[in-house]
Amino acid sequence: MSIKIYVPRDSAVRSIGGDQVAIAIELESVKRGIGISIVRNGSRGALWLEPLVEVETPEGRVAYGPVTLADIESLFDAGFHSGGEHPLSLGKSDDIAWLARQDRVTFARVGVIDPLSLADYQDYGGLIGLRRALAMEGEEIVAEVTQSGLRGRGGAGFPAGIKWRTVMATASDRKYICCNADEGDSGTFADRMLMEGDPFTLLEGMTIAGIAVGATEGVIYVRSEYPDAYATLNRAIDIARESGWLGKGVLGSAHEFDVRTRIGGGSYVCGEETAMLESIEGKRGVVRSKPPLPAIQGLFGKPTVINNVLTLATVPAILAEGAESYMSKGVGRSVGTQVFQLGGNVARGGIVETAFGVTLDALVNDYGAGTLSGRPIRAVQIGGPLGAYFPVASMDVSMDYESLLAAGGMLGHGGIVVFDESVDMVQQAKFAMEFCAVESCGKCTPCRLGSTRGAETIEKIMNGQDVSGNKKLLLDLCEVMTDGSLCAMGGLTPLPVRSAMLHFSEDFDRRARA
Amino acid sequence: MSFAPWSLDAASAVLATTCDKPGPILISLQALQEEFGYVHADAVELVAKACNVSRADVHGVLTFYHDLRTTLPAPTTLRICVAEACQAVGSRALVGEVEKAFNTHMGSSNGEVELEPVYCLGNCALGPSAMLNGQLIGRATASGLKKTVQERVGS
Repeated sequence: MSIKIYVPRDSAVRSIGGDQVAIAIELESVKRGIGISIVRNGSRGALWLEPLVEVETPEGRVAYGPVTLADIESLFDAGFHSGGEHPLSLGKSDDIAWLARQDRVTFARVGVIDPLSLADYQDYGGLIGLRRALAMEGEEIVAEVTQSGLRGRGGAGFPAGIKWRTVMATASDRKYICCNADEGDSGTFADRMLMEGDPFTLLEGMTIAGIAVGATEGVIYVRSEYPDAYATLNRAIDIARESGWLGKGVLGSAHEFDVRTRIGGGSYVCGEETAMLESIEGKRGVVRSKPPLPAIQGLFGKPTVINNVLTLATVPAILAEGAESYMSKGVGRSVGTQVFQLGGNVARGGIVETAFGVTLDALVNDYGAGTLSGRPIRAVQIGGPLGAYFPVASMDVSMDYESLLAAGGMLGHGGIVVFDESVDMVQQAKFAMEFCAVESCGKCTPCRLGSTRGAETIEKIMNGQDVSGNKKLLLDLCEVMTDGSLCAMGGLTPLPVRSAMLHFSEDFDRRARA
Repeated sequence: MSFAPWSLDAASAVLATTCDKPGPILISLQALQEEFGYVHADAVELVAKACNVSRADVHGVLTFYHDLRTTLPAPTTLRICVAEACQAVGSRALVGEVEKAFNTHMGSSNGEVELEPVYCLGNCALGPSAMLNGQLIGRATASGLKKTVQERVGS
C-alpha cells in the first residue's frame, strides 16, 4: 500500500512553493522506488509552518515544516515517509501546540481532509447537520440557529436566526440564499481558506439555510482576487450535484436546492450586502437604502438571506452538535467561536479559531509570537481597513463584539494586522481615506468627496501645515462621514483615522514641530 | 497570456452565452474581457442590444469595476498588494523597488510587464503579496519577482 503524504493546495501555501514541494516529493519517491500518494489538502492554518507536509503513519499523521525544496532529499534520507525524525519534525499533527490549543468548529475539517473528497467529508462529520435538518421543519431549524446565538461573521454581527426568520416569514414565489464571499478586508483570509480547504461545509450550510427558509437557489459571490477558491467551489458544486445532494431532491428528500457562483469585479464596496446584490444583478455596485431589508426585498426583489462564508459554514456544526454545544462557548452575547486571522508583521501568522473572549495579547503575542521583524509592536488594526488601530496599551482587550465596540473599535471579519514600531500612523490614517476614495461607490457625498478631502487634509498635516487647525477639521469631517453615509464604507472609514489620532497623537503633533 | 483578437462576430458568440442569464451586464463584460483581454469600445453598444439595456447602463458598469479595462493588457500583469497587512511588512518599499526593477510605475506597463496595485489578495500572513498573471506569490521581493517574470518570459 502506498504511503499517504499531505501537501496543502491552499493558495497561501502555493504562494510560497507548495506545488514545487509536492512535485519534488513525488519525483524523489519515484527515484527511490517508494510508493506514495500525495493528497493536496487544505491548510491547517499555521501559515508560519507552511509548506507543512504530513505523512500518514499507523500512529496518526506526523508533520514536517516549513519544508523547502532543499529539504526533500534529507527528509527521505531521514525516512520521513515512515515518520522518521528530521530537524523539521513537528511531531504528530494533532499535537502541534499552536493548533491543539485552538477550538476548531467552523475550521474543524480545514487542512485535515481532501477538500474535494465527499467521502472524506462524510468521514469527518460532513452532512450530519443537513441530514438532521432534512428531518426537521423549517421553523425548527431557524429556532435551532437562533438559539445557538450565531451572529453574522461578515462584520455586522447580526443574529443569523433572526435574519432567517424574516426570510422564512416573507411569502414569495422565489427566495435566495446569498453567500457573501467578497472577503476584501486586508488582514482577512478565513473565507478563502475555508472555500479552498472545505468547500462542502459552505454548500451544506447554504443548503440548510435554503431548506429552513424555503429558498431553492443559492448564489456565492466570490471576489475575483480569489481564483483558486472560485475554481474549488465550482468543482465542489459539480460533485455535490452529481452525488444527488444539490439540485432536485436534496439527498433523496422532496426539497430542491442548487447553488451557483458569481465572480466579483474587483470592487471592495461590493462586500457591503446591498452593493453585492446590485453586483449579482449585473449592475454598478452601488449601495441600496434600507428599508426595504434584503430579507424582505433582496436579490431581484425577492426575500434573501445574506450571510458571510463563515456564518453559513458554521451552521452544519450547529445542526450536527446542537445549539447547546455551540452556545456553551464564548462570552456574553458573543457566543461560539471566532475564526481570527493573524496577519501583517507577525511572526506566527495564520488562522486561530477560538472561543470569543480571548485577549488581543493572547492572539498577537502568544499565538503570533510578536512581530516578524523582531521589533516591538506599535499598533494592531482589528477588523480590516474600516477597523480601529489599537495601541500596545490596549492589548488586554477581550476579543468579542461588545468589548471591542466599548474600546472604540469593531471586530469586523476577525482580521488582526500587526505593525511594528516603524509604522507612521499619519500615513496609515491617510491611507484609510485614500482607500475610501478609491472604493467608495459614490452614492453618499460625505463618503465620495469627504474621503478625498480627508486625504488632502492629512497630507497638509504631514507637511506641518496648521496641524492643530487641520486636526480639528479632520475630526469634523470624520463626524460628517460617520453620520452622513449609508453604509460602513464612509461610515467607518473615520474609525482608523480617529483611532490613529487618539492613540498615536504624537505622530500627528510631530509634524507641527518639524 | 494570449487573447483572441477583437471581432464583432466573436463578441456576439460570447454574448450568446451570457445575455440570457439573470443580471447579464457584468457577466457579459467579464466574459468579453476573458476572451479578448479587454472590453472594446464597440462592445458597449453590442452588450446593450444583446441584454436589452441602455448604453448608459453598460457604460456605468464598465466604468465602475476596477477589473474591467478598455485597453489590451501587457503580456504579463503583475499586481502588488498595497493594503494594510502588506504595508506592515514593507509593501510601500516593495512598490518602489518593483517599479525600478521593471522600469515602469504602478498603473503602467513597460510593454512587457504591467504593474497594478491591488487591495488584498488574502495572503496576509505571508506578505508582501503579489499576483503574477493570476498566480499568487507570497513573501515577495523585487529581485524574486524579476527572476520569476524572466523565467516565465523565457519559457
